[in-house]
Amino acid sequence: MVAVAITPEHFGLDHDSELLRFSTAGSVDDGKSTLIGRLLYDTKTAFEDQLQHVEDVSRRRGDVRTNLALLTDGLRAEREQGITIDVAYRYFATKKRKFIIADTPGHVQYTRNMVTGASTAALSIVLIDARHGLVEQSRRHAQIAALLRIPQLVFAVNKMDLVGWDEARFRQIEAELREVVTRLDVHDFVVIPISALTGANVVERSTEMPWYAGPTLLHHLETAPVATDRNLSDARFPVQWVIRPQSPESEDAHDYRGYAGQVAGGVLRAGDEVVVLPSGVTTRIAKIEQHGVTVEAAVPPMSVTIHLEDNVDVSRGDLIARPHNAPVVSQALDAMICWMTDKPLAPRGRYALKHTTRWTRAIVDEITFRLDVNTGEQVAADGLGLNDLGRVKLRTTTPVIFDPYARNRTTGSFILVDEATNTTVAAGMLL
Amino acid sequence: MLLFSGGKDSIILLRLAEKAFRPARFPFPLLHVDTGHNFPETLVYRDRRVAELGERLIVASVQDSIDRGRVTEERGPRASRNRLQTTTLLDALEEHQFDAAIGGARRDEERARAKERIFSHRDEFGQWDPKQQRPELWSLYNGRVKRGEHLRVFPLSNWTELDVWEYIRLEQIPLPEIYFAHRREVFERDGMYYAANPYVQLLPNEAIRTETVRFRTIGDMTCTGAVRSGARTLDEVIAEVAAARVTERGATRADDRFTEAAMEDRKREGYF
Repeated sequence: MVAVAITPEHFGLDHDSELLRFSTAGSVDDGKSTLIGRLLYDTKTAFEDQLQHVEDVSRRRGDVRTNLALLTDGLRAEREQGITIDVAYRYFATKKRKFIIADTPGHVQYTRNMVTGASTAALSIVLIDARHGLVEQSRRHAQIAALLRIPQLVFAVNKMDLVGWDEARFRQIEAELREVVTRLDVHDFVVIPISALTGANVVERSTEMPWYAGPTLLHHLETAPVATDRNLSDARFPVQWVIRPQSPESEDAHDYRGYAGQVAGGVLRAGDEVVVLPSGVTTRIAKIEQHGVTVEAAVPPMSVTIHLEDNVDVSRGDLIARPHNAPVVSQALDAMICWMTDKPLAPRGRYALKHTTRWTRAIVDEITFRLDVNTGEQVAADGLGLNDLGRVKLRTTTPVIFDPYARNRTTGSFILVDEATNTTVAAGMLL
Repeated sequence: MLLFSGGKDSIILLRLAEKAFRPARFPFPLLHVDTGHNFPETLVYRDRRVAELGERLIVASVQDSIDRGRVTEERGPRASRNRLQTTTLLDALEEHQFDAAIGGARRDEERARAKERIFSHRDEFGQWDPKQQRPELWSLYNGRVKRGEHLRVFPLSNWTELDVWEYIRLEQIPLPEIYFAHRREVFERDGMYYAANPYVQLLPNEAIRTETVRFRTIGDMTCTGAVRSGARTLDEVIAEVAAARVTERGATRADDRFTEAAMEDRKREGYF
């Protein structure tokens, strides 16, 4: 067998440097769908049949201009009401990069969709209407982006055409944003004045705002670093599947026992001493392979099969780590959660909990506080309702093997599921 | 169960399943919903690929559904079995008590599909409710269903048509030959070329002629159009896809053209 050094670039399509996943959030009528339509249109990603369709519908509805928002609003109800209800995923590419957009609705009742879109994003664009400046929703969007630890934030101050391309107005909003951001744990953010309607500073540099010297929105998206949230220091391998051929076709397969999964952190190499959790048994990595080809090292987000030197007991849901850098193994969890369903979270509530590849059951021991997402205040609460964010203490029936979310977004996140309806009711970030 | 049609997206699913489960067998069978109106080349490919993999294939036949009176054949020159497939699929899910169907649909294909979850819930009638979808966070998929319900699972959700072709090239995956340019007898209808076939009646103004075409998608012969193309190799196809100005379904699928929300309507009923 040939040993090949493999880098994340070799792994499928999730190229490290070439793919940026970003989410967009804004209030109703901030022009978010128009902005995305503009990005698709100006990068010539929107196809002729889609544009023809949008033009036809715009004309039928009596819109003055072609309504680019129709490029993204896909469901019948959305088109009828002119709003975005659900997260929509859009794809476009330039010569420099591929992009995946999670377009999320801005209204308070759709906070859960914003959290959903933000959970996989490396960058988030928050739209602000230049006429209205910072509103409650802008603060909430920034707060959620910070909570979900999206590495980079872009505030797009939209509708500059409607404030006469006024620099003073922009600077005032920029200063307010700076103040909001310093109170949040956000490290990397930019503020860009745009008009999604006219296209100013979206793809093409605006001639109306000579006072702005920064990048256009697209240029920023093309050059922003990606994968800055990827943890390369703590080796973490949640076992997803145990591969044991039941009817071996060859003698080779007879003793085959591989542990398949996606690397969640660090670098794993053949020969490394590892610990299997929760059992705590130590052994060494004998071999790492991808579809029968041996690889020297595995890093996130590679999906690989690991072989261990000793015949130890490993099942789905176990986690392989390094003995001197092991994650927390505990049945007591302290977490921030976003509540996503009508029926409120109550103390003593019981839920199914999924964390990495492991299911367990959890009971709510305490609601420590509710977070007012508009002010950042911590408020005493005896329940959490739809779209509320709050801190809770949970107890689980079996140990959870985790890192704080701030350290690793994969091993630090979980979902709660209602056992009666099987609906996902909460997103959780471990502290 | 994994839905395998012999089309390029489900061909990729098979490769991903090999990567996930080999050297063991897949922990699920393959299912083909056979309308009886397939391209013969697709069926040849399907059977060869299944034999190579040594996996189990279940064929659910729309003809059976018609014979058993579950559905009624459409009549006339525009008759298609496209919509009838939904019943055949739902019956197969129930008969085999499958709780998940892995499919090759992508979000870039169509407006309604852009809103779909990777693990997408179906109620006991097989229906999709786009307004009541489960939130899907990080890579934490919720695969829990009650008896009688099922999930549609779409691993290729975030792939684009170009991604699919580039992956086929990267992995050197063989395809049915009709994806590449070839001489074929076709007729023109609604601005699309259809393969001359025994299942469609020509309208009075339509005539058969020979063109050099290829297919961007492979569905039924009755509703899948071809595009004029000289792309005979993977590299030529990729160059053509990269330069394409019309979506693959817009160019070649009559089944999406009924109404503004044709796909959403069919998905609500339980279509792929």
